[in-house]
Amino acid sequence: MGRIQLKDVTKSFGDVEVIPPLNLTIEDGEFTVFVGPSGCGKSTLLRLIAGLEDITSGAIEIDGADATDVPPAKRGLAMVFQSYALYPHMSVRKNIAFPLRMAKMDQAEIDRRVDGAASVLNLTDYLDRRPGQLSGGQRQRVAIGRAIVREPAAFLFDEPLSNLDAALRVGMRLEISELHKRLATTMIYVTHDQVEAMTMADKIVVLRAGNIEQVGSPLELYKAPRNTFVAGFIGSPKMNLIEGAEAAKHDAHTIGIRPEHITVSATEGVWSGRVGVAEHLGSDTFFHVHDTGLAETITVRADGEVGFNHGDRIHLTPRSDVIHKFDAAGLRIT
Amino acid sequence: MARAVTPQRKLVNTGVAWAVGLLIFFPILWTILTSFKTEAQAINDPPLFLFFDWTLENYTIVQERSNYMRFLWNSVIIAGGSTILGILIAVPAAWSMAFVPSRRTKDILLWMLSTKMLPAVGVLYPIYLLFIQLGLLDSRAGLVVVLMLINLPIIVWMLYTYFREIPGEILEAARMDGAELRQEILYILTPMAIPGIASTLLLNFILAWNEAFWTLNLTAVDAAPLTAFIASYSSPEGLFFAKLSAASTMAIAPILILGWFSQKQLVRGLTFGAVK
Repeated sequence: MGRIQLKDVTKSFGDVEVIPPLNLTIEDGEFTVFVGPSGCGKSTLLRLIAGLEDITSGAIEIDGADATDVPPAKRGLAMVFQSYALYPHMSVRKNIAFPLRMAKMDQAEIDRRVDGAASVLNLTDYLDRRPGQLSGGQRQRVAIGRAIVREPAAFLFDEPLSNLDAALRVGMRLEISELHKRLATTMIYVTHDQVEAMTMADKIVVLRAGNIEQVGSPLELYKAPRNTFVAGFIGSPKMNLIEGAEAAKHDAHTIGIRPEHITVSATEGVWSGRVGVAEHLGSDTFFHVHDTGLAETITVRADGEVGFNHGDRIHLTPRSDVIHKFDAAGLRIT
Repeated sequence: MARAVTPQRKLVNTGVAWAVGLLIFFPILWTILTSFKTEAQAINDPPLFLFFDWTLENYTIVQERSNYMRFLWNSVIIAGGSTILGILIAVPAAWSMAFVPSRRTKDILLWMLSTKMLPAVGVLYPIYLLFIQLGLLDSRAGLVVVLMLINLPIIVWMLYTYFREIPGEILEAARMDGAELRQEILYILTPMAIPGIASTLLLNFILAWNEAFWTLNLTAVDAAPLTAFIASYSSPEGLFFAKLSAASTMAIAPILILGWFSQKQLVRGLTFGAVK
């Protein structure tokens, strides 16, 4: 079981309030991702749940029981750190076994669980090595192994993939998702990478300056961002936000249109501009279009075969059914 | 790309390194050689290097005239005692400054170090008076305390630097893994800090062993360590170089042997913070 509830939780460092009163429920078995730009308080929030930081006021409940003053060791949560935080003086086997040793489990059961975790994570051949003799991806697996042997109520991941190279990151992302499907345990995952958030989460919590901007499934956030911040943060490349006369036509202060919802043409369209940088990804091409009179740059996603060059005139047509409208305060108009 | 090293260059480098090493070691070597000469040979002009009548006479005389073992024992107690006492006080201090720093931690560290910038003789008088009043003059206990205090800033600084190298996330991971403070210290921190504590111990033992200012000024007979033993041979009756050398050799031999066996730890200690 692992249902985590935050009730009016606040956190201040000295006079600086980093988390204003915040309420959030994470259901048992859910994969929840905290996402936001750096300094938004997402890691602090995770550390509050872990118990590594004390909350200033409010309450944290784990499975209905008040855990506010329970030390981290007793909360039954496992954490995977960005730096892996492996014990350098212990072998992989001892690293993974450490939480079980702390729980005073008998040796036969420890061995059974460590071997089990090692085979799941492809670490069987490395059990006698020290962390210093492993690659980054292997170290990350050891850190995950150390977390899963305890069969915790919930897993906490603090930007676990940001120290890995791009290719490995995609692989580990899949492995963690697989692991969640198999274990069906609550996972809370902190990242600044919205791609990780979109691909892994059941539920995304978008944070800015300690405030929850929106909570929802990846597609809910994509289809109906609650405000311009979420609109700009979720989706890659970023949504184009347009103010002024064009927005007024739609009775809005700001309108948003995603790059993938604009069609391009050499001859006709609603808007026109000049091609700046064209990024060719093979399958897709991203055009950064200037001089449209709408915003400084309008980003457009087109098919990989579409060929415009720097400086070409380009015509753009937004799909009218997916234009997002926001009021002067930046909130969505429905 | 790494710089290419030709065999000739390597030869030159090795030669220069040996020359420098020999230059630094020469005074000690000369002391040891002189200790095996007669008094006449010791002041011979030109100096005799290897070809003289090797004799153990000086050692016999030194041993007859003064009780080497008593001085040695005093040195061991004073150096060992002050180092252990210093470590016991410095470990919790460095620990808290490294892992739970406050806004003033840096200031405290600097202030502690600043006490080392004061010439020792500046506080000799007050400490001497204190020793008289407390009846600590010429006592090993008194010297243990004074040498501990003299070296404490260095011990704290060294340990602080070592502890700072231990990433906080590892301690947090231990906490998440269910370790309580006692287990965290026992299973995680201590094993990771042992190399640092060991080199701190060693370096401070050597510093205390060689400390002469306080040991000469605050002892007379009972608590006199090897530094006083050496000094007693540059006496008003005249200089006896061979005997002085024999005494010096006997005084530095234990620490030289200790240093030889712990070279690796010592180098790490002396360059602490420089190499991660």
